[in-house]
Amino acid sequence: MSTVASTTTPARGSGTTKASGRPGGPSDRLRAWAARGPLLPALVFLILVTQLPFVATLVISLFKWNAYYPKERSFTWFANYQEVLSEPALRDSVLTTVLLTVTVVLVSLALGLGLALLLDRSFAGRGIVRTMLIAPFLVVPIAAALLWKHVLFNPEYGLFNGLLHWVFGDGATQPDWIAEMPLGAVEAALVWQWTPFMMLILLAGLQSRPADAIEAARIDGAGAWQIFRYLTLPHLRRYLELGALLGSVYVVQNFDAVYTITSGGLGTANLPYTIYQTFYQGHEYGRASAAGVLVVIGSLIIATFALRVVSSLFREESAA
Amino acid sequence: MSASAPTTGARRTGAPAARARSPRTANTLLGLLAWACAIAFFLPIAWMALTSFHSETDAATNPPSLGAPLTLDGYREFFGVGGGASPWPPLANSVTASVVSTLLVLLLALPAAYALSIRPVRKWTDVLFFFLSTKMLPVVAGLLPIYLFAEQTGLLDNVWLLVILYASMNLPIAVWMMQSFLREVPVALIEAAKVDGARLPTIMARVVAPVAAPGIAATALICFIFSWNELLFARVLTGVVAETAPVFLTGFITSQGLFLAKVCAASLVISLPVLAAGFAAQDKLVQGLSLGAVK
Repeated sequence: MSTVASTTTPARGSGTTKASGRPGGPSDRLRAWAARGPLLPALVFLILVTQLPFVATLVISLFKWNAYYPKERSFTWFANYQEVLSEPALRDSVLTTVLLTVTVVLVSLALGLGLALLLDRSFAGRGIVRTMLIAPFLVVPIAAALLWKHVLFNPEYGLFNGLLHWVFGDGATQPDWIAEMPLGAVEAALVWQWTPFMMLILLAGLQSRPADAIEAARIDGAGAWQIFRYLTLPHLRRYLELGALLGSVYVVQNFDAVYTITSGGLGTANLPYTIYQTFYQGHEYGRASAAGVLVVIGSLIIATFALRVVSSLFREESAA
Repeated sequence: MSASAPTTGARRTGAPAARARSPRTANTLLGLLAWACAIAFFLPIAWMALTSFHSETDAATNPPSLGAPLTLDGYREFFGVGGGASPWPPLANSVTASVVSTLLVLLLALPAAYALSIRPVRKWTDVLFFFLSTKMLPVVAGLLPIYLFAEQTGLLDNVWLLVILYASMNLPIAVWMMQSFLREVPVALIEAAKVDGARLPTIMARVVAPVAAPGIAATALICFIFSWNELLFARVLTGVVAETAPVFLTGFITSQGLFLAKVCAASLVISLPVLAAGFAAQDKLVQGLSLGAVK
């Protein structure tokens, strides 16, 4: 392993920039630019399309600006932030976002771990089982949300109440799932979609376990639980972190499920939905931007941790 | 594995027969459990498929009617045979937005990935992580300026705006995935080709492409999936003309009487390209979704 690393890295690292000629000479600089050249279109494109709008959002967030009253647009420093943070609806949506993200990520991580452990062995039809388990992740998100809302949760003829009726007969309870547990309904649909994602990442983690260490532990008489607790789990730690963080990055941004299943009603409006509503229906540009900046700050905190995990896994992979 | 476990168990505990059989029974039970979980997770999709082939009245019964006669009425309804909005223009828009944006992504990401893996520039990891960090910022925060820009330039309700936006959305993932696939190309092979006098296009076509092609294909499929699925931008930035398939599905959010078969048919048809692309890219799916951090 280490021999591979030591032969490839110098060849890759030094062959490009310090190839020949005097250091810092014109041919050297030309060479460096020639190496950077292929990178530039992608970088410029990305900065223009993704970074510039954020700067604009930052600027707009300092203005009092409602599209219905364009003449009253004025610079107000941080008044929008004050409003956003003091308005109960927006504060609630911050709480809802946190609750939704944490629940969905933790539950799908736990289920995904269970499924990954079940799949990390050979049994008849393993390939089919894996394919069936991935399928929920491959349903278009809004189609999945529609499926849960109308086909599964519908109180009169949804599949859940149909099954209850089937099993318990005519006297079975027929709950109105979405009305009785609106946030739970959104979470259930999202857990169904995100569990396969977690399973895939954790399964990859399980399969990269050093087989010899496990074999050695087994020969030494370690039980299945001991092997799981002291070998598998520590090895999986970073895969669990990666799944949790990437899942958070995506679930924090979720719009489709909230928009479809409850239309943000019944206390399920998360930040992306609230921002959409503030801007698209309320035309409160300044306030929507301030809320947007707050989401960015929140995401940056998650992203910092996520990047750290990715970078440690990345360094390990490229060293191996 | 299975051969050594029973023997050690027998040696240590001295209860040969009972200990030897239990791991196999446990294995069978766990296999059955895996099957049960898979069926539970797949059930909603199977049910959606079955319902899409039922008539509206059979679809809306309680308890559910499993063995009801099959019909294509739901699909006829969805494709607008009996009047109503046709799904073809939104489907065509979705194809344009996802396919063209994916091509644009490949065009931009391939050279970038090359400069980050095969001939890495200085500080290449910093550049790589910059790409990744842009993916972690929520798109909703940039939505308003993009909307205002589109409004000013007359690009509202224009599918080409979505092409640009989807390309920017997928570019970081594509760069990450592709650099991890290009890293698998042996440097010695490239050096050898260079010594033999091969120029860059030849090296790309003869040396790099054969090794990296499956990875590049998987990257393209994943970019396609993300573009096809996108709803928020399309919902805000398109109207009648450039409406995409997910936006078309928002028409089903409020109940319209008996329409379950139609909803199921619509959801299934619009999900089919993603299911196909996802299963095609199954082996590389993890690597793509974890941004190349997991292989």
